[in-house]
Amino acid sequence: MNSDQLRDKLSSSFIVFENELNGERRTPLHQKRRAAMERFEMKGFPSTRDEEWKYTNLKPLLGTDYKIFHEGEQSLEFREIKRFFLNDIDTYKIVFVNGKYSSWLSETTHRGFDICTFSAALQRHRHVLDEYFGRSDEEPSSTMDLNTAFAQEGAFIRIGKNAHVDKPVEIVHFTTADAGPSFNQPRNLIVLEEGSSAEVIERHRCLGEQETLTNAVSEVFLGAQARLSLFRIQNDAPQAGLIDHTNIHLSRDAHAHTATFSMGGRFVRNDLAFFFNEPNATAQLDGLSLLDGGEFADQHTLVDHRVPHCESREFYKGVYGGAAKGVFNGKVMVRPKAQKTNAFQENKNLLLSEKAAVDTKPQLEIFADDVKCSHGCTVGQLDEEALFYLRSRGIPEHESKALLLYAFGDEVIQRVPLKALRQRLHRLMAQKLDVDFQLNL
Amino acid sequence: MLSIKDLHASIEETPILNGVHLEVKKGEVHAIMGPNGSGKSTLSSVIAGREEYDVEKGSIDLDGQDILELSPEERAHLGIFLSFQYPVEIPGVSVTNFLKTALNETRKARGQEPMSAKELLRLMREKMELLEMDKSFLSRSLNEGFSGGEKKRNEIFQMALMEPRLAILDETDSGLDIDALRIVANGVNHLRSKENAVVLITHYQRLLEYIKPDFVHVLYKGRIVKSGGSELALELEAKGYDWIKEEVEA
Ligand SMILES: Nc1ncnc2c1ncn2[C@@H]1O[C@H](COP(=O)(O)OP(=O)(O)OP(=O)(O)O)[C@@H](O)[C@H]1O
Ligand SMILES: [Mg+2]
Repeated sequence: MNSDQLRDKLSSSFIVFENELNGERRTPLHQKRRAAMERFEMKGFPSTRDEEWKYTNLKPLLGTDYKIFHEGEQSLEFREIKRFFLNDIDTYKIVFVNGKYSSWLSETTHRGFDICTFSAALQRHRHVLDEYFGRSDEEPSSTMDLNTAFAQEGAFIRIGKNAHVDKPVEIVHFTTADAGPSFNQPRNLIVLEEGSSAEVIERHRCLGEQETLTNAVSEVFLGAQARLSLFRIQNDAPQAGLIDHTNIHLSRDAHAHTATFSMGGRFVRNDLAFFFNEPNATAQLDGLSLLDGGEFADQHTLVDHRVPHCESREFYKGVYGGAAKGVFNGKVMVRPKAQKTNAFQENKNLLLSEKAAVDTKPQLEIFADDVKCSHGCTVGQLDEEALFYLRSRGIPEHESKALLLYAFGDEVIQRVPLKALRQRLHRLMAQKLDVDFQLNL
Repeated sequence: MLSIKDLHASIEETPILNGVHLEVKKGEVHAIMGPNGSGKSTLSSVIAGREEYDVEKGSIDLDGQDILELSPEERAHLGIFLSFQYPVEIPGVSVTNFLKTALNETRKARGQEPMSAKELLRLMREKMELLEMDKSFLSRSLNEGFSGGEKKRNEIFQMALMEPRLAILDETDSGLDIDALRIVANGVNHLRSKENAVVLITHYQRLLEYIKPDFVHVLYKGRIVKSGGSELALELEAKGYDWIKEEVEA
């Protein structure tokens, strides 16, 4: 299998998919899928010749004969997967197993707001899908198009005017060993109407040894004064790959906070884009990559200031040990109309070994003159002085390093307002650093 | 207790220590003085195990055990404590978490049970009282934004908690106001016993009024060129180092 063959397989799979749709084939939504498929077939998968993929080689992931559709349903016992949820607090749960919604493991609602699935929305909220589906990107990438072409399942969150979701929403995608090598394409749509708010946590988890490649899309639309927190825990199994596309559109006075924790998996690419469509909106983009072994994570962000008086604050950190590699590509676009923009970006990296590497590329394109913009990036090593100081106080080398890294990463974790999630992230970080700290930082 | 013989050490091929001899016995206080750049901090770093220095020749024994091959943490576990001339700022690690980790790792290495949070807190309170420190220190990032004097006081606070057998204080008195100097000296005297020893590196006689040394040594160009009793410190304070330099060059 190579990338061309995978593309052909996807083309023929699309025909199969279409044939099963019957009446739905003539809907506007499906027309969008078909157009997207045509674009994907033209462009194919991205290669390192693409400017946006210069440092990120997808090719090794495209050599596997993935299953595109999953037959049958796989059931999981809650106790087998309990550890992938926040257990200390009550949450809504939208759970998928091998791409299929598991009502058994989920806790959804239609009371006051809709927290359910894309497929349910196809039945009950088609007008919402018609309004928003495929709208988040004017120039979709080929992988985004590929997801659009096959979009049929994922999370659907719609919060009506002035409603506040009373507990966090967890979206978890599992794949199981019997699925074999699988290609997953979840599609989320999150619509927060005027004055509403929600907190969402998403993760992907491969249970078993099979290779997986997940090509995910989340489209997010925030009405005036809406507030969204979107957290990602990306610490999937060593043979799992993830390409995520998240596009967030903000209306007047809206606020979005994303925090992306990339702490494992074979390959992670996050395409995260913020679009300011109306004035006075604010965005906070936080990220932490904590990688070792042969792990790879590419944090690819775009903040598009299209209108005046918006503010974006971006803060990404990275720690790379072993032969891990990271990319940070942060594009900030301030269009001519976007006067009084505040845009800040900071990217700090630590390399722990000679084989570890990071490519960091801040990209500020500023076309307005009355703006405040700044960016800074650093690539350094662990502070030897600090290390000696800690060791001279009796803390062994491994623990001393971990303590410094823990503190480095904690700066991002502290930005998560949800305590239960912070605690979980602290545990994951200690696990990753292979230490047994019971610290309450 | 501590026995240093003919110690030669260099950094990046620059020789800094050129044959240091020093014998420190249990219960003793030694002061090391000497002009700037003579190698005092280098000597203390080499004793504490800083790996950037190459020890080319000589030996350092603690109670007859060669410690040169030991890591800094192993030396700490044997009871060596270095109060840094320039304590390092460590953002994001609170004083409490740091101390908890340091104490419990040391206990673990010595085969002792970890201290409970309660015990730890009691101990920290006690030592903070001794050093007249505000408890808001505990939740702050280690040394970050501390004033010069606060950093030094924090070093002695750590020393008081770790109860080392050999404490090396590298210019702990520099930057302390008069009251702080008294408090810090008090902290050091509190630790003194027949079983442990203190090496004070200082430029000033004043600290030695509070902590009376049994021996005073002058380090110059990487060697101890003169040793004497506490009266030597007074002589240095009065006359400076020129006469010693002349003696050495002659
Ligand atoms: N990394 C290094 N490379 C080269 N020379 C160094 C290095 N570190 C220290 N030195 C030199 O070693 C010598 C001894 O330094 P050291 O800090 O031990 O002196 P000191 O006696 O403690 O001085 P002070 O009284 O100013 O604290 C100095 O000349 C210093 O410049
Ligand atoms: Mg010095």
